[in-house]
Amino acid sequence: MPKQVLVIEDEPNIIEAISFILSRDGWTVRTHSNGVTAVDTVLMRKPDVVILDVMLPGKSGYDILRELREMPETSALPILMLTARGQAKDRELAERAGVSHFMTKPFSNAEVLDAVRALVPPVGGAT
Amino acid sequence: MITLNVLIAVCLTYVAFLFAVAFVAERSALRGRVRWLKAPMVYTLSLSIYCTAWTFYGAVGSAARSGFEYLTIYLGPSLVMVGWWWVLRKLVRIGRSQRITSVADLISSRYGKSNLLAICVTVLAVVGTTPYIALQLQSVTLSFEVFAQPGVLSPEEGARSYTALWVAFGLATFTVIFGTRNLDANERHHGVVMAIAVEAVVKLAALMAVGIFVVWGLSGGAAQTLARIDASELGQWRMDGGRWAGLTLLSAAAFLCLPRMFQVLIVESDDEGHLRTASWAFPLYLMLMSLFVVPIAVVGLDLMPSGSNPDLFVLTVPLAMGQEGLAVLSFLGGFSSATSMVIVAAIALSTMVSNHIVMPIWLRFTGGGASVSGDVRHVVLLSRRLSIAGVVALGYVYYSLSGGGTALATIGLVSFVGLAQVLPAMLGGIFWRGATRTGAMGGLITGFAIWLYTLFLPSIGTGALPEAVMSQGPFGLGWLQPQALFGITGLDPLMHALLWSMALNVTVFVGLSLTSFPSPLERLQGAQFVNIFDHSGGPRSWAGGVAQTEDLMIMAQRILGAREAQALFEREARRQGARGTLPDPNPGFLETLEKELSGSVGAATAHAMVGQIVGGTSVSVEDLMAVADESAQLMEYSARLEAQSDELSRTARQVREANLKLTRLSVQKDAFLTQISHELRTPMTSIRAFSEILRDSPGLTAAEQSRYASIIHDEAIRLTRLLDDLLDLSVLENGQVNLNLRQGLLGQVLDRAAAAANDGGLTLRIRRDPRAEEIMLITDLDRLSQVFINLIANARKYCDATSPELTIEVREDAELLVIDFIDNGTGVGIEARDMIFEKFARVSDRQAGGAGLGLAISRQIMTRLGGEIAYLPGHAGAAFRVTLPRKLAMAAQ
Repeated sequence: MPKQVLVIEDEPNIIEAISFILSRDGWTVRTHSNGVTAVDTVLMRKPDVVILDVMLPGKSGYDILRELREMPETSALPILMLTARGQAKDRELAERAGVSHFMTKPFSNAEVLDAVRALVPPVGGAT
Repeated sequence: MITLNVLIAVCLTYVAFLFAVAFVAERSALRGRVRWLKAPMVYTLSLSIYCTAWTFYGAVGSAARSGFEYLTIYLGPSLVMVGWWWVLRKLVRIGRSQRITSVADLISSRYGKSNLLAICVTVLAVVGTTPYIALQLQSVTLSFEVFAQPGVLSPEEGARSYTALWVAFGLATFTVIFGTRNLDANERHHGVVMAIAVEAVVKLAALMAVGIFVVWGLSGGAAQTLARIDASELGQWRMDGGRWAGLTLLSAAAFLCLPRMFQVLIVESDDEGHLRTASWAFPLYLMLMSLFVVPIAVVGLDLMPSGSNPDLFVLTVPLAMGQEGLAVLSFLGGFSSATSMVIVAAIALSTMVSNHIVMPIWLRFTGGGASVSGDVRHVVLLSRRLSIAGVVALGYVYYSLSGGGTALATIGLVSFVGLAQVLPAMLGGIFWRGATRTGAMGGLITGFAIWLYTLFLPSIGTGALPEAVMSQGPFGLGWLQPQALFGITGLDPLMHALLWSMALNVTVFVGLSLTSFPSPLERLQGAQFVNIFDHSGGPRSWAGGVAQTEDLMIMAQRILGAREAQALFEREARRQGARGTLPDPNPGFLETLEKELSGSVGAATAHAMVGQIVGGTSVSVEDLMAVADESAQLMEYSARLEAQSDELSRTARQVREANLKLTRLSVQKDAFLTQISHELRTPMTSIRAFSEILRDSPGLTAAEQSRYASIIHDEAIRLTRLLDDLLDLSVLENGQVNLNLRQGLLGQVLDRAAAAANDGGLTLRIRRDPRAEEIMLITDLDRLSQVFINLIANARKYCDATSPELTIEVREDAELLVIDFIDNGTGVGIEARDMIFEKFARVSDRQAGGAGLGLAISRQIMTRLGGEIAYLPGHAGAAFRVTLPRKLAMAAQ
């Protein structure tokens, strides 16, 4: 059974690009574009890994990350953060909030794929 | 018959004799042979200036009018001498140790060397004494007339004035010559004192001679005289207890406060021991003076024709009986009484006027050029002499103005009440440490004002106060009637004035003293005055030394601060090798201390303060002026410092504000860069991701390839537009934009804008009124179109209604064009309305295509076009109002 990735992002073109890359690698890709309902969606979908944008309508990615880390069922969930705000303090903020991996936009497709694979070993990879 | 010429010759001879006495006494004093000058009897006799012409002539007049009441005038001083000698002793001790020169000096010294207070007392003394001097001039003039035109009681005014002028001139000359021969720091005048002692003997002898003549020569012995007194109505007049007590108290107060009495009692006193003699000898003198008053009055009333002035019985009775020699002696007695009073009063007043009014003003105007001592002596003498002339002249002016008609005794009592106002401040000052300058000043002014109003002004006669004020009170306020204050009637005017002025004086004095705080100098002085016997005690010099050091310590702590003062004293004690921490107050230490203090309070003040505590030295007028100068300088410094400090804090505030502004700008710049970075990275992310997909994915379908390529294309355009907007905004913000002014129809501009904004599909319906849009404009049509496009595109992007609709309404008046854009969505929240015109501000709930620069650019454009764009509240949906002039003047650009 393929592993599931949830992409929380509000730019339609970026959603499409990430979906294409991960689907081709065998991942089940779900997308969500609203910050306010993002946490509920994570709890409902129970993805294996989350790709999270920072500047989302309604709620910031940092806040979503903190909320997820406070809940037992998502406290260890692998979360890859992608942001167009590439300053050092943004990275710090994300790491303090408990991010699993942090990447700035624009990214190379291979890097995103590697990062996701590193966070969640694919089926049959390590076993 | 004695002619006037003979009388004048007698007078001149007598005056020459007095000159000789004064001169010899002065010479002896200069040669140091002052023992006989300092005899207690001379001191006692000099006190007799209490008995002026008023007493000499007026007592008989008073007895003839009011019976034994005149005795109260002798009773008061006698009681003071016998019962209050300890008060006098304290005053004399203070006077000597503080080198007090006048009653004004005493009051001002006690209350912290306040010159203002001294001026108050001086003015009070001058006002109170002037009628009294006039009285003396009047009595001498009257007595001259008795000889000049016997039987004629009212000669023409001119001649009378003329005599008085000569008398005044002669008295002023004598006083100037002997009162200001030399300038003694202690203000002692041996020559004058000796002369008035001689005069005291002459007036006593004269009065007793007349009395003896009347009793034994006219009445036939003591027994017959007493019978005569019993028979006359004088003996039957009953006494008024309240008035008697009041008059006794009044004369006692006056005895202490009159400037001339203060002069002879305190200032001229050489030895406290003399008080012991005076305390019995002076009452005896007064008793002798009063012994024959009633017999002379009774016999005078019997013998003289009715209507004769009883004030002159002493003179007219012997004259009428043909005893010319006795009459001349009596004349000399009265002359002596008048002259001694005027001389001493003039000296005392001139000292006050000169020290407290003339000298401070002179020093102020000459900029304190008092460093050359010769100069100052010269100026002080000149000012004394002028003051003496001025005081006597004032008396003369009062005399000629008042016409000299009032009964002698009345004027004297009016003066007494006035000067008695000093008593509370004086006694309070030497017995009560809590008395303060404010209290003394308040009490004095209150008492003085009431005295002026209730007694002095009414006493001048009609004219000084209007009749209506006298009978109904000022402004018809009955309770303010001068002679019935607060509705209390039935008292005679003198007692009424005495009661109210003294009661309110004491009340204000005590009240203000309790509620005000004395200055340090005042406190020091207060302690010195009240505890004069502790400070100046003879044999306890060693104990006094320690006490002084402690006092110095207390003062130094106040000025230098506790720790510094203790350190200084300990250091000095070590240097002296003294045991303990207190050094001996030897000259070396005092000098060091003074130097330390002068760093804080100025040299003059430091000197004055150390001098105060160490004792012996008093503070001169020049010292005081120097202190005042220093204070003024300090005040100026402090004012300048304050101004500078104000300026500094103003500058600091400006710097702080500028800094805040910079910080705000810097924060804004950071936010702006972050925003730009985000806005640029987002399309670049898509471009990169899809170009990698196209490059790395060989199995893409043609449809996929085409779709991804067009995404890349769109994002590249978005990127370009963003950069264009940024540049556009930058140009607009810097005001470097060139406007391309053209003429065009509003409708056409709106058409083009609607087409451009809605090109992505007609999802938004636009309602317009083409007829209203037929308006010719002159402006930059492209820029205006840019604003319209932005507004329409915003409506398309953000209007959340199910069938989005935008209404464009146009209105115009003479100059302005108003275009409203109103959609049917939910609008912009109140909290967001202020920020939507900021750069990158997006109401972030919904997906937005733009970078958030549109409204910011629109606002800049409208400013350039001479109009404005604003959010229009009051509509359900989002509403914007664009206002612009129909014709943009070319000159605007």
